[in-house]
Parts: sequence; C-alpha cells; structure tokens
Amino acid sequence: MDEQQAKTEDIIKKENLVFDKTKLLTDKAFHYCPGCGHGVVHRLLMEVIEELDIQEKTIGIAPVGCSVLAYHYMDIDMQEAAHGRAPALATGIKRTLPEKYVFTYQGDGDLAAIGTAETIHSCNRGENITIIFINNGIYGMTGGQMAPTTLENMKSSTTPYGRNVKQMGNPLKITELVAQLPGTCFVTRQAVHKPAYVRKTKKAIKKAFKYQKQEMGLSFIEIVSNCNSGWKMTPNDANKWLENNMLPFYPLGDLKTPEKK
Amino acid sequence: MAKVTGRIVVDTEQCKGCGVCIPVCPFDVIELAKEFNSKGFHYAYMKNPEACTGCMNCALVCPDAVIKVYRKKVRV
Ligand SMILES: Cc1ncc(C[n+]2csc(CCOP(=O)(O)OP(=O)(O)O)c2C)c(N)n1
Repeated sequence: MDEQQAKTEDIIKKENLVFDKTKLLTDKAFHYCPGCGHGVVHRLLMEVIEELDIQEKTIGIAPVGCSVLAYHYMDIDMQEAAHGRAPALATGIKRTLPEKYVFTYQGDGDLAAIGTAETIHSCNRGENITIIFINNGIYGMTGGQMAPTTLENMKSSTTPYGRNVKQMGNPLKITELVAQLPGTCFVTRQAVHKPAYVRKTKKAIKKAFKYQKQEMGLSFIEIVSNCNSGWKMTPNDANKWLENNMLPFYPLGDLKTPEKK
Repeated sequence: MAKVTGRIVVDTEQCKGCGVCIPVCPFDVIELAKEFNSKGFHYAYMKNPEACTGCMNCALVCPDAVIKVYRKKVRV
C-alpha cells in the first residue's frame, strides 16, 4: 500500500464523516436528468425535516411535472395532486390535520400556469402551509415548452425564436405578486446551483417550517433552478446561463419576512 | 502544525456524471472518469485527493446526493 492510499484510508473513517445523504431520502435513484436542481431541493427538504425531527408530522404534496414522483424519494407521508391543485389539497389537509406540517412542491408550469388560481387564493387566504416553487422557466416534463416564467427572448420548444412578449405576453413574477397579498408571511427567492445559495435555501426552508409551527400564515419559497435538457445545454453551461440570465430578472433574496413586511 | 484535510467518496454507480461538482471545488480536486458506470455515465472521482480540504462544496451542489465527505485534522 502506498503512502497516499494509507493516508486516504486514515481519513475515510466513520468518525471523520461530515456529509452524507440524509436518511429521509429513499435508496431509489432520482429519475431526474443529470445536473437537475430538483434533486438538490429534495435533499434540502429532507435534511430540514430530519434536523427538525418532524418526519412523522409532515405531509408533502407532489405536483404534476418532472417532480411528479417526488413521493418515491421523500420518506414522509405524501399525496399526489392534480396538475396545479397542490395548494388546494394542502389547504384541505392542513385544515383537517392542523398539527401536521404541510408543504407543496411545485414547478412553474404547475404553480404559475394551470394552478394560478389555487396559488393566488391560498396565498391570499393565508393558509398555514409552505409552498416550495421550483422555477426553471420552462415546462420540463412535457418537452421544454414555454412557461409563464420563460424570459423575454428565451428559446423553448414552443418559442424557437425566443419569447416575443408582444405576441406571448410578459414573463410572470408570481413571487413578487404573492408577496403583495396579506396572507403570506414569508416570501423569498433562492437558488441551488452554488454552495452558498444551497446553504441559504436550506435556511429559508427551515424558517418556513418554523413560521408554520407558529401559525403565521403562508410561506412561499421560490427556487430559481435549471433545466439543462429543456434549455439544450450541458449542466454546467445551464448553471452559468441561469446566473447570467435568470438571476437578473429573478433576483435572489427575501421579498417579505414577518419582521419586515 | 495542524492542517485540515479531506476526502470524498463518490457512489460511482449512482453518479450521473453531470459535473456540477467540478467548478465549485476551490482546489480542482474532482474530474470525470474516462471509465463509465453500468448506466453509461462518466462518474466523478478525485484526481487530486491531496488537495481536498473536505469543504463540502461538491456535496452541497450534487443533485443526486452521491458524495460523502470526510474531514480530519492532520499534523504536517
Ligand atoms: C390537466 C393537465 N394538463 C396538462 C398536463 C400536461 N403536463 C404535464 S407536466 C406539465 C408541465 C410541468 O411543468 P413544470 O410545472 O414547470 O414542472 P417541471 O416539469 O419543469 O419540473 C404539463 C403541462 C397534465 N398532466 N394535466
């Protein structure tokens, strides 16, 4: 055995382990494309639920979209919703089981297109739930069609020359919109393509669960994410593109906190 | 003098070779292997293990949670 290998073996020991996959993610491999942000957000959610020790007390609502099978990966109670209806389902579950932590996990097509009514009204009613909103600017699952969140001039399979706002309307900043509603207590926009953003996103999710416990109203966490398959880029190029194009239009940070409305 | 040193262990069968761990590593430790796993993905591995500090950047951005990180203080 050479010296380097001996050194490696000395470091790779149980007592030196500082990062491992959370036990709340099942052993099933994610079906997501290589580099997709969904996996990171799934992991963060499960890490938070593990750290708060609320596995038995949490009910998640899976959407329609790429993350339709989220319940295969998250080892908690989950319910599948019809396309866009997750906040309505979450409302019903939270009202009948108010001691549970209830969250929805939705894409931009699910939350900001077909589910706009459910999103706006659950936010306006101030349901005591948490909405996790993955914004990748596109309908990922169905083949990269334009979503309400698609940027101006951004190419998609239904806007091959780029989104022309004269014809197709403007991209929708639904997070800014729900921040105006009195029922939301915490509205924030985060990302997961860089380590520092990942840390901040995790903190935001933890805060949202804390506010839910304190019955402060609806927490809304947008996560600006990638869709390298839909955008037709390599994973690393997609993350660069996200940084240069998505973030200027969808700036990160808290839009509303209970302390600062 | 004590120095913090680290190692990562990649679950090569589950790694999809997306490579997002590579640019976030401050010490250029990771590379995609020439070999591939049974799914046909070129998995991530440590090309330069001595430089690893166990900072966890790679594991934080890994979409498939296939990276384990170890960290230890060693005397140099
Ligand atoms: C009622 C209904 N209309 C349309 C569809 C087709 N459909 C499936 S997923 C999807 C879009 C999902 O996009 P998004 O919510 O952005 O999630 P992503 O796949 O990008 O994660 C659509 C339109 C459907 N399943 N049900």
